[in-house]
Amino acid sequence: MLNFVGLSLVVLISAVGVATIERVEYDYYKYHPMPEITNWMDQIQRDYPDVVSIINYGQTYEKRNINLLKIGLNTGAKKKAIWMDCGIHAREWIAPAFCQYFVRQILQAYKTDPKMEEMMKNLDFYVTPVLNIDGYIYTWKDNSTRLWRKNRSPGPGNCTCYGTDLNRNFDANWGTVGISFNCCSIIYCGSKPTSELEAQAVTDFVGSRKDDFLCFLTIHSYGQLLLVPYGHPNFTASNYNELMEVGLAAAEAIKKVHGMNYTVGTSPDVLYPNSGSSRDWARMQGIPLTYTFELRDKGQYGFELPEEQIQPACEEAYSGALHIITYAHDKTFNGAVATAAATLWTVVLAVGVTSTTLM
Amino acid sequence: MTNEELNPIHYPAQRAAKVVLHYLNSRCGSPYKLFELQTVYRVNAEDVADSGRKYRMEISVKEMFGNTVEKCSAEVLFPRGEQQGSPKVQTSCEELLKINTKSQEEALYQQYKTRHSLLSAQNLPDSYGHIEPDMTPFWCLGALASSFVMLAESTEETLYNMAQVTNITQLATEDDRLKFDYHILLHDVVSQEIIPWNLLITWSPPEGVKVLQMKQLPPHQKLL
Repeated sequence: MLNFVGLSLVVLISAVGVATIERVEYDYYKYHPMPEITNWMDQIQRDYPDVVSIINYGQTYEKRNINLLKIGLNTGAKKKAIWMDCGIHAREWIAPAFCQYFVRQILQAYKTDPKMEEMMKNLDFYVTPVLNIDGYIYTWKDNSTRLWRKNRSPGPGNCTCYGTDLNRNFDANWGTVGISFNCCSIIYCGSKPTSELEAQAVTDFVGSRKDDFLCFLTIHSYGQLLLVPYGHPNFTASNYNELMEVGLAAAEAIKKVHGMNYTVGTSPDVLYPNSGSSRDWARMQGIPLTYTFELRDKGQYGFELPEEQIQPACEEAYSGALHIITYAHDKTFNGAVATAAATLWTVVLAVGVTSTTLM
Repeated sequence: MTNEELNPIHYPAQRAAKVVLHYLNSRCGSPYKLFELQTVYRVNAEDVADSGRKYRMEISVKEMFGNTVEKCSAEVLFPRGEQQGSPKVQTSCEELLKINTKSQEEALYQQYKTRHSLLSAQNLPDSYGHIEPDMTPFWCLGALASSFVMLAESTEETLYNMAQVTNITQLATEDDRLKFDYHILLHDVVSQEIIPWNLLITWSPPEGVKVLQMKQLPPHQKLL
């Protein structure tokens, strides 16, 4: 009997051993081409089937599937949500790297960190590791394409140039400031608002669920900035003070990690005026906390951030993003808890008073 | 005549401060000494009749390799209206200029003066942000050379960084200097454009970088 059990155990250990040897750890601190990112998404879904599902929510111009990872504990109820997208601009490689890191972090954290577990129960995270897939693939083609920014739809009419700047294509003061109607321009805003399939995918998915979203974070590089709406100098968000307060606190959290300064403000204040951004569109849908993250650096290496900096860049950005997400969560959920607690105390005190009176 | 205190984190102050760095790098950099903007503390802007707009500022500057930081005052005058030309810059950064990289420069100079083959290199950094350690001084030299262009081209509507050195070809010389043909890519944050330039430069430890020719190139076909 014991020998039989012993043999089974040996066989079991061998099986586990073989499985461990065959699995290669994903390197979050290297840049990955699109096929590797797609495989990684599949692997994440297989590794965490209870909390992760892949949703296809659109197609690029070159007919590639735009997928996101939906991450959250399945409660059966309709849940509030957090949106994060990376890689709207193809050359900003640190952004998709951050989305992948973010996913890994929250999946690791929820098992050991009660706060993250609570947020996973109350929220769904919708993370798009690469939105502008065609553009991203193009930047991997050869040395001369590395600094491509736009998507890869052809220019209109007789235009021989390619691409629309997706972050000027959203229906938010479209075509007004910080754009060009010249199809060869790197900030060409497209033939009309949401003319581009990639922008349309976001608009359709988020738009049909806009009341669910507490938070919309769009990740870019470079500049070390946290940008709040709006990009048009004549418009101020109704919750500008809140956006600034939470943003400044997020920047403080970022600084605590590796000492890096991130500047917080509207685009027209700290960068340049612009229109048609995904962040502005999201805010206009009523999603209260919308931010553009511009990650490292400040121009030394720019878009070609050295791989040695992927880890520190991701660590600090995670801290900042987590602050905003936690604020959004606590405002929605702990507020209710606090109210319930207050109500309970009121009842207890009332009973106490009544009892005293009675006595 | 209008004189105003600017918010130091807002873009007008930041753009003017960047110009100071282009000036410092073109004048005082070396293959082992490159400056970057650390913090803008105070900026005051004033319209100067018949000249342009003058920015007076207190900033801190960091030397990239040694991590030394110095607080300096600086002035940038952007020409306006009838006036054309590059911004005019004055600074008070003295400590940083005293950083001595002469022995490293001499070693580099000797190595490349006596080599039989001429240097040829591409893509610094590469797509992954990587630069081979022995190529770093040539990337740095490219950054210094680019600073001449960035200084010349800067306005209140631009914010330049060097995105990449795409090609370096060393050329033979008859004199004491080393001579290089550089192809570089500038990134203007404001327009987001990538602008290729060709620079013919010389370098030697006593003279530093001299730009013989600089020419803007048409955009790369693959980026259109």
